Amino acid sequence: MDAIRRVAGQAIPFGAKNIDTDIIIPAKWLKTITREGLGAGAFESIREIEGNVFDDPAYAGSQILIAGDNFGCGSSREHAAWALLDLGIRAVLAPSYSDIFSGNAVKNGILPIVLPQAAIDRLLEVARAGEPIDIDLETQTVTTPFQDRFAFDIDPFRKHCLMNGLDEVALTLERKDAIQSYENQRASAQSWLTQGTEIHA
Amino acid sequence: MASKPRTLYEKIWDAHVVETREDGTSLIYIDRHLVHEVTSPQAFEALRLAGRPVRRPELTLAVPDHNLPTTARRDANGGKIPIADPQSRAQLEALEKNAPEFGIRYIGDADDAQGIVHVVGPEQGFSLPGTTIVCGDSHTASHGGLGALAFGIGTSEVEHVLATQTLLLQKSKTMELRIEGELSAGITAKDLILHIIGRIGAAGGSGHVIEYRGQVFEQMSVEQRLTVCNMSIEAGARAGLIAADDVVFDYLKGRPMAPKGADWDEAVQYWRSLVSDPGAEFDKSVVINASDVEPTVSWGTSPEDVIAIGGTVPSPESFADKDKQEAARKSLDYMGLTPGTAMSDIPVENIFIGSCTNSRIEDLRAAAEVLNGRRKADNVKWAIVVPGSGLVKRQAEEEGLDHIFAEAGFEWREPGCSACLGMNPDKVPAGERCASTSNRNFVGRQGPGARTHLLSPAMAAAAAVTGRLTDVRTLK
Repeated sequence: MDAIRRVAGQAIPFGAKNIDTDIIIPAKWLKTITREGLGAGAFESIREIEGNVFDDPAYAGSQILIAGDNFGCGSSREHAAWALLDLGIRAVLAPSYSDIFSGNAVKNGILPIVLPQAAIDRLLEVARAGEPIDIDLETQTVTTPFQDRFAFDIDPFRKHCLMNGLDEVALTLERKDAIQSYENQRASAQSWLTQGTEIHA
Repeated sequence: MASKPRTLYEKIWDAHVVETREDGTSLIYIDRHLVHEVTSPQAFEALRLAGRPVRRPELTLAVPDHNLPTTARRDANGGKIPIADPQSRAQLEALEKNAPEFGIRYIGDADDAQGIVHVVGPEQGFSLPGTTIVCGDSHTASHGGLGALAFGIGTSEVEHVLATQTLLLQKSKTMELRIEGELSAGITAKDLILHIIGRIGAAGGSGHVIEYRGQVFEQMSVEQRLTVCNMSIEAGARAGLIAADDVVFDYLKGRPMAPKGADWDEAVQYWRSLVSDPGAEFDKSVVINASDVEPTVSWGTSPEDVIAIGGTVPSPESFADKDKQEAARKSLDYMGLTPGTAMSDIPVENIFIGSCTNSRIEDLRAAAEVLNGRRKADNVKWAIVVPGSGLVKRQAEEEGLDHIFAEAGFEWREPGCSACLGMNPDKVPAGERCASTSNRNFVGRQGPGARTHLLSPAMAAAAAVTGRLTDVRTLK
């Protein structure tokens, strides 16, 4: 995963609420065994509509997506994050996200920023005017050329992983002694929990 | 000194903390992991590339379900019929290869025990009360019906669980969803959960784990509880759970992977302690009267867009919120509906009985009871029943339900996710309606342009008989 410290430039002013992951990437695109190439199916049903923001040349090459409330709700498909990444998106701004989607985003080097609706409305205005937005993860701020300055919160561990492009699996494997000790205690106190798929007569 | 009263969620959480970091995230141990063919290939591939083994292969169970065709899987000679779609076949073959390579038990597509992961887990006794259960599928919330903490994860997390048997998680907030009183006659678990989502909204449970409380749930069978918890994610909650009781213990006892003998007794003793303590505090509490719940159907493209069958299609102006008005306009346009139309005047061309929400034996019995001696209306072009597992299918056939469905004009299919999400060939044609027992009425979910109306199995059967959305109580 690529590290991320600052994302700046033109943003896509999308803004729609309750965008589910079936809209971000429809089920027919999930029949893949790789993570690549999903941008082609991203927002397919929206891109059938003439004048949609995703095919508007004014927003081509944007790394920032401004979305609406409850973005990424529904299915747990990580393909939604892979599709955004394939479109070139590295940061999303929205008032809220589904829990699963925001986790998937971070694990793929996409920064999901939560800002109040009023801030999102202002940023949509800025993006529609063709003006850039500047996101600094280090200082946790979003700024515009018009002196707008919005601070955002982010879980410190997520920030650390994003800024350093860290692989969470490798980090957890460093804790294998703690996991082993938990398992040992489990095996002696509640051995039936450790049997899993064993079939018992 | 008495310890602080804890909720059921907090008890399960506390029992699974491997360690808590300074920043408040915890490494949580995962007891049970279900894997299917669609969200796992990239996880196994990542393990392979990094040379990492699966830490506890016996705690993962692999079953294909999402894109299997529901037509026959064996030819007359018992040979396997390959999947025609090359991409679906590649995903199935990847799982067939990955599971044994990493030492994971695999229930294959033509195995009697195969089915939708969320039907198979409880059925095999793999899913147990008080355990943490994950799967790369948001409807993992289902297993909360057994009193487990169960939630959907993404593919990177699938990889994380395979490699470490843990997940790094932030503790969720807790929501009590208390139902007061009793449901009226003929009202099902599906009506209740649709009603709940309508009340709290599609994002009403965001950031929370819901505990469903009230005598309504104590009176429910395990299968009904699984239906309720299944749709917790449609209310935005990652998980929903109901405390396990004797109903759950009776259901699990003797199932293939459930503990046996002294282990069983020890497990039950532990499970009995897993209830929210008196005085335990929830971050949020919602109370709903059971008597307000009517047979419920969806009219729009979000699971919160629901109404009693006796109601009419709402007008966008009836919503206070400007954004909801706009969303309703778009939904009605997509659904081809006019405000003021009686819900029971909406014709349907397709009927789907199945999905992890409603494909268990009790669901099939409820639909068959309505269909017995009746036939689908002429305007219903396509009606299918897709049992949740091979074992459900066999049980239904032993009870003769397959004949009732066939005589009513339904196709009797092989188990899988099917038309719930249309990854396999079972799709609803564009512009047509489907009365569906599934969980999502999203735009394009059942096929591009398909119009979904969510409802219970009995209501789906009633719609098949009259050819329009129908209050099943008026048929009896």
